Amino acid sequence: MPTTTTAGPTTGPARATGGDTGQRRTLLRLATAGSVDDGKSTLVGRLLFDTNSVLTDTLDHVEQVSRRKGLATADLALLTDGLRAEREQGITIDVAYRYFHTPARKFILADCPGHVQYTRNTVTGSSTADVIVLLVDARKGVVEQTRRHLAVASLLRVPHVVLVVNKIDLVDYAQDVFTRIATDFSVLARSLGVIDSHCIPVSATEGDNVVTRSSRTPWYEGPTVLGYLETVDDTKRAVGADLRFPVQHVIRPQGAPLAPWAASAPAVDADYRGYAGKVESGRVRVGEEVVVLPRGSHARVVAVDTPDGPLQEAVAGQSVTLRLDTDIDVSRGDVLAGTDAPPAPVRELTGTVCWLAERTLTVGARVLVQHGTALTKGIVRSVDGALDLAFDSGGAPHWEPATQLGLNDIGRVRIALATPLPLDSYKEHRATGAFILVDEADGWTLGAGMAGSTAIPTGPVSGPTPTAAKVDGTTPQK
Amino acid sequence: MTQTQNPTGTNPSTEVPRRTPLGVQPLTELQALESESIHIFREVAATFRAPVMLFSGGKDSVVMLHLAAKAFWPAPIPFSLLHVDTGHNFPEVLQYRDEATTFYGASLRVASVQDYIDDGRLRERPDGQRNPLQTVPLLDAITSGKHDAVFGGGRRDEERARAKERVYSMRDEFGQWEPRNQRPELWSLYNGRHLPGEHVRVFPLSNWTELDVWDYIEAEGIALPSIYYAHEREVVERDGMWIALTPVTPARDGDAVERRSVRYRTVGDMSCTAAVLSEATTVADVITEVGLSQLTERGATRADDRMSEAAMEDRKREGYF
Repeated sequence: MPTTTTAGPTTGPARATGGDTGQRRTLLRLATAGSVDDGKSTLVGRLLFDTNSVLTDTLDHVEQVSRRKGLATADLALLTDGLRAEREQGITIDVAYRYFHTPARKFILADCPGHVQYTRNTVTGSSTADVIVLLVDARKGVVEQTRRHLAVASLLRVPHVVLVVNKIDLVDYAQDVFTRIATDFSVLARSLGVIDSHCIPVSATEGDNVVTRSSRTPWYEGPTVLGYLETVDDTKRAVGADLRFPVQHVIRPQGAPLAPWAASAPAVDADYRGYAGKVESGRVRVGEEVVVLPRGSHARVVAVDTPDGPLQEAVAGQSVTLRLDTDIDVSRGDVLAGTDAPPAPVRELTGTVCWLAERTLTVGARVLVQHGTALTKGIVRSVDGALDLAFDSGGAPHWEPATQLGLNDIGRVRIALATPLPLDSYKEHRATGAFILVDEADGWTLGAGMAGSTAIPTGPVSGPTPTAAKVDGTTPQK
Repeated sequence: MTQTQNPTGTNPSTEVPRRTPLGVQPLTELQALESESIHIFREVAATFRAPVMLFSGGKDSVVMLHLAAKAFWPAPIPFSLLHVDTGHNFPEVLQYRDEATTFYGASLRVASVQDYIDDGRLRERPDGQRNPLQTVPLLDAITSGKHDAVFGGGRRDEERARAKERVYSMRDEFGQWEPRNQRPELWSLYNGRHLPGEHVRVFPLSNWTELDVWDYIEAEGIALPSIYYAHEREVVERDGMWIALTPVTPARDGDAVERRSVRYRTVGDMSCTAAVLSEATTVADVITEVGLSQLTERGATRADDRMSEAAMEDRKREGYF
């Protein structure tokens, strides 16, 4: 270990546990969503405050500002207003990322503003989220904004959604109010095909059921918000799926001097050629046969390399370097897939797009399509409908005819591709079913795309309507 | 320094693989963060023409260099390093900077604020702080090196304006950040396309916290400049901060000079970086101390962030990291 007297980058003795440090604290990514004034900033502030993630100097600042505003207690919402304009105008402009941890988990929270381009922000925050924390005001219940946020969560296949019924103190901690909202929500979640949902009665201002269990909701038997986040199953679905390994970079030191500290590795010689990338789903083992897409050639994995030594196997989420048994042509943009169910490369993609730009998406538009590590040109062949969430009239979501998409629209499109892409269905492979559309001229990100059919069942909601959510807030499971 | 060791301190030819098969267990926090950062490094190296990495010898940039080395192993790091030297850097850190550069087989370019002051392109500020003066040499170096991507060690937990920062942060010709007009960043599909003259600031440590950085330093056995650990120094207390006596921060009339055991949580410019009282001489001690600290890293030790409520945001808008 370095000590006070060590000036240079001398490495210390090897530690038996390496990067694991003996603990298995995992990482959970969550995103918040809710309408303006549902108390989202206060909830986030409360989570940070009650997990001791707010340090004295930050809190002093919040207390000073609160006093200046004439408030009796510190306004926890002020903890999350990062920008000058946000503080001046009392609005939230863009997604902010917050960090807190407990002994069990580290949390990365994408704090999404409730208004101003809400779909854009919710899509940004939700695309990487394991859990969406959706807020409603107990006095208002499920509103159109809730339905929209839930629809986006469903489209983006966020594995878990938790509904925080906030301001429960303002309805006198009434169980029937909570039960009614929880029932509405579970019906909606089911109609939108949400994978897993849960409801929690909360007062973010008073701190009920955020981190500490409240004695004022004795009728609620489920977890607190933090308790939920700490225990929600984060076994990544991706690990169990088929192997997908987009090649990022070919590592071929040939000619160049090796990194000084790599020179002694036995596998490394002048002919070293490794394919660097991240396992997006499934697992890759030494000896396994893979198919190189889009060309379709086959090869066998002879090594899974890391700077810490070779592995027998790598799983979804790990960045590694693979070596293959043959010198076939593999380059950035290719995907190494398992031989069981490799995706068929397509010359025309069909998918659902959340349009995130001011300019309109029209038929004939030329765009760049970025998928995994591949980038190709595309021409929009057709717009086959826009999702009408039909919530004003209380109807079911359905596709309306459309010829173009505007900001925050969600639509079905067909795009012709200059080179074939091995697109997965987003429903089955969140990482390799996703793509973005990019403006060829200025580079702006125009849309978030999900290949294949949408997760949202459209048309009339069928099946029996659940009569009531259980009092612990658990949504009836299928 | 042992040249044949890799930065983890393990020797790949003899050690058992560090990572055993995981079954269905998710990655640990540090594995997930490391993997994400390596992914970002590889994306940038594969898609930009001339990336460069800011390297000061501070702990965040040291971790960043270590991750960059791992991302391209066994090939050398495919971009060079850039340090904007204010002329007021701690000598221990400059020595470390040069040794680390050699150890990782990287090449370093130094842009010097002092040169700009000497030839009149910059003027010393009345408060003597040089940190704000870094922006001009930085932007000049980016322009002259034709760099289209610039790695920085900024973390979102550091400061409230940084919490809003994307991993890929677009900057215009003037290096300006426009928080109202950031690109959505979806999945791990990083979009670095930009117009000529623009460049992208890339933050591979975006999702790391101060504690994560220290946990990783411990897990990987990474050495740091000695001033990160407790040592005795002559200090004076000013504005609630412990300022070390240095050539650029001499004692003033009436100062009560004390000899105290201190360490640095950040190692920026001597003119604006304060020490904290500490007895922590090992990484484990530091981790305990950071875990118990009631002050944020910057709040405790950075005078430049105290200048106004939006000091960091304002500097970032001007092109600072």
